[in-house]
Amino acid sequence: MIESKGHPNRLGIWGWLGGGRWGVERYLYTLHRLTGLGLLTYFLLHILVTSSRALGKAPWEQAMNAVTGPLFKLGEYLVFVAFAFHAVNGIRLGIIELGFGVGPPIEPVYPYRTSLDVQRPLAVGVLLLAAIIVVMGTLNFWVLE
Amino acid sequence: MMRDQKLWTWHLAAGVVILFLLGLHMTVMHLNVTVPLKGLNPAGGHPIDWQNVIARGKIGAFALTYVVLLGAALFHGLYGLRNILFELNPASWLKRTVSIVLLLCGLALFSFGTWAAIAGFSLAKAM
Amino acid sequence: MSEKTLTEVTYRIRRFDPDGDTAPHWEEYGIPYSAGMTVLDGLWKVKEMRAPDLAWRSSCRMGVCGSCGMLVNGKARLACNTQVTELGGDTVVVAPLPNFDIVRDLVPELAPMFDSHRALMPHVIREDVQEQEHPTGEFWQSAHELEQYLQFSYCIKCGCCMAACPTFATDALYSGPMPLGQAHRYNSDTRDGGFSARKRVLAGEAGPWRCHFAGECSRVCPKGVDPAKAIQLMKRELVLDYLRLHKQHRPATVAKKATETKRREGIPEPPAPTV
Repeated sequence: MIESKGHPNRLGIWGWLGGGRWGVERYLYTLHRLTGLGLLTYFLLHILVTSSRALGKAPWEQAMNAVTGPLFKLGEYLVFVAFAFHAVNGIRLGIIELGFGVGPPIEPVYPYRTSLDVQRPLAVGVLLLAAIIVVMGTLNFWVLE
Repeated sequence: MMRDQKLWTWHLAAGVVILFLLGLHMTVMHLNVTVPLKGLNPAGGHPIDWQNVIARGKIGAFALTYVVLLGAALFHGLYGLRNILFELNPASWLKRTVSIVLLLCGLALFSFGTWAAIAGFSLAKAM
Repeated sequence: MSEKTLTEVTYRIRRFDPDGDTAPHWEEYGIPYSAGMTVLDGLWKVKEMRAPDLAWRSSCRMGVCGSCGMLVNGKARLACNTQVTELGGDTVVVAPLPNFDIVRDLVPELAPMFDSHRALMPHVIREDVQEQEHPTGEFWQSAHELEQYLQFSYCIKCGCCMAACPTFATDALYSGPMPLGQAHRYNSDTRDGGFSARKRVLAGEAGPWRCHFAGECSRVCPKGVDPAKAIQLMKRELVLDYLRLHKQHRPATVAKKATETKRREGIPEPPAPTV
């Protein structure tokens, strides 16, 4: 390994978030990461809270009462939205990261058509599906229930 | 170190499991009116009402899905977190520490959650 | 801004002198615009007229050598391949490729990228070393087999993909899109038998597992190489390998020489082999 004596120029975390000139897949990547972290945080707390079920009716209802109220409901709704996005975008990533939906190697002829263009319908479909699930959840959370 | 090839494959496989089981869980819990599933909220009202919790808890297969979902989600989530942390390029001793801490947290939560699922099932069966 | 209305261009350049500066800083230079001016042409004009000590790398001026990769108006591109008018304004913001240390002004330290590239053995690996060193003929390959890697072989190693990759922005251990794309280029070459050797790197932390398909590498690649595609195709091969479902191909054999063909008259003989 050649040791560089140059001035460090890594983008750092900004390189993860960096917006403005990026494509839709970059935002999906960022959103997937953020929703994943959000879901994990909720999930770890969820294990602890819902385990009160094993102790009987009173502890269960006590635990549930502790997490009621408009703020918790909003939080739960955001978790549902995060789930909807993370799940369907995860389907897209699973397909793509196994080499499907990116197209076969082609002769690069300008203007180049990349794997991003090939999978774009999938990305759009995923966002539409996520939107449908979110609408169903919104109705359930705020209107019908 | 050839672990990532293995761990990433399992990460993907766990994602598929979660997709179905968490999808079912979310449908039961948060789409109970728009997509009602027969028999999983028999008492009506809210899915977290004790009567509904007990009714679902009596179904052995449902208890089993909790344990499988717990394991898959813990692995998928904690490996994802590990990936994110590792991408921050920490020192190798910190990487080892993170791996051990996440593994221990995962095992502890899995044990605790599995106990809760089994105890909840036994409780529901007895009622 | 159209070519007709543009008379002067402002170059905003990120400068760094390792002997005098502690950190890079921005400087602005106004230069006259001339029709068909590329970002590289403008840099030459800045050097001629305003800043004779300005440093960058360039060579071929036609998007082939991969020397002049830099961050132009926030996007990694080749300076020689980018028209000033296509940037849509009268200001050209030029900075060295991010994610590489700055040697001086617009010159990035690309050595770590080439280290990762070398670690993935970007060459045909075969057991029959004797045939490789003293070939008796060509290794047989069909047109279809060629198409499986040809796109990836157009890579000019300019480093634009590495500068755009979000993972490489923080993770110095990650091989990055260029080396990984080139690893797949050789893995998918039927003449090659080096999958297992490259797997020693690919199956670990430096491998494709840190790619999450943000797609920036393919978006900025000036040659349409599509490293993101190569990386995803490689992931499939590696997952199949883990599941023991990967079909190991035997490296292509030496093509048989045609024996029953008759040479048409008037066609000159080929020159003597040089190897």
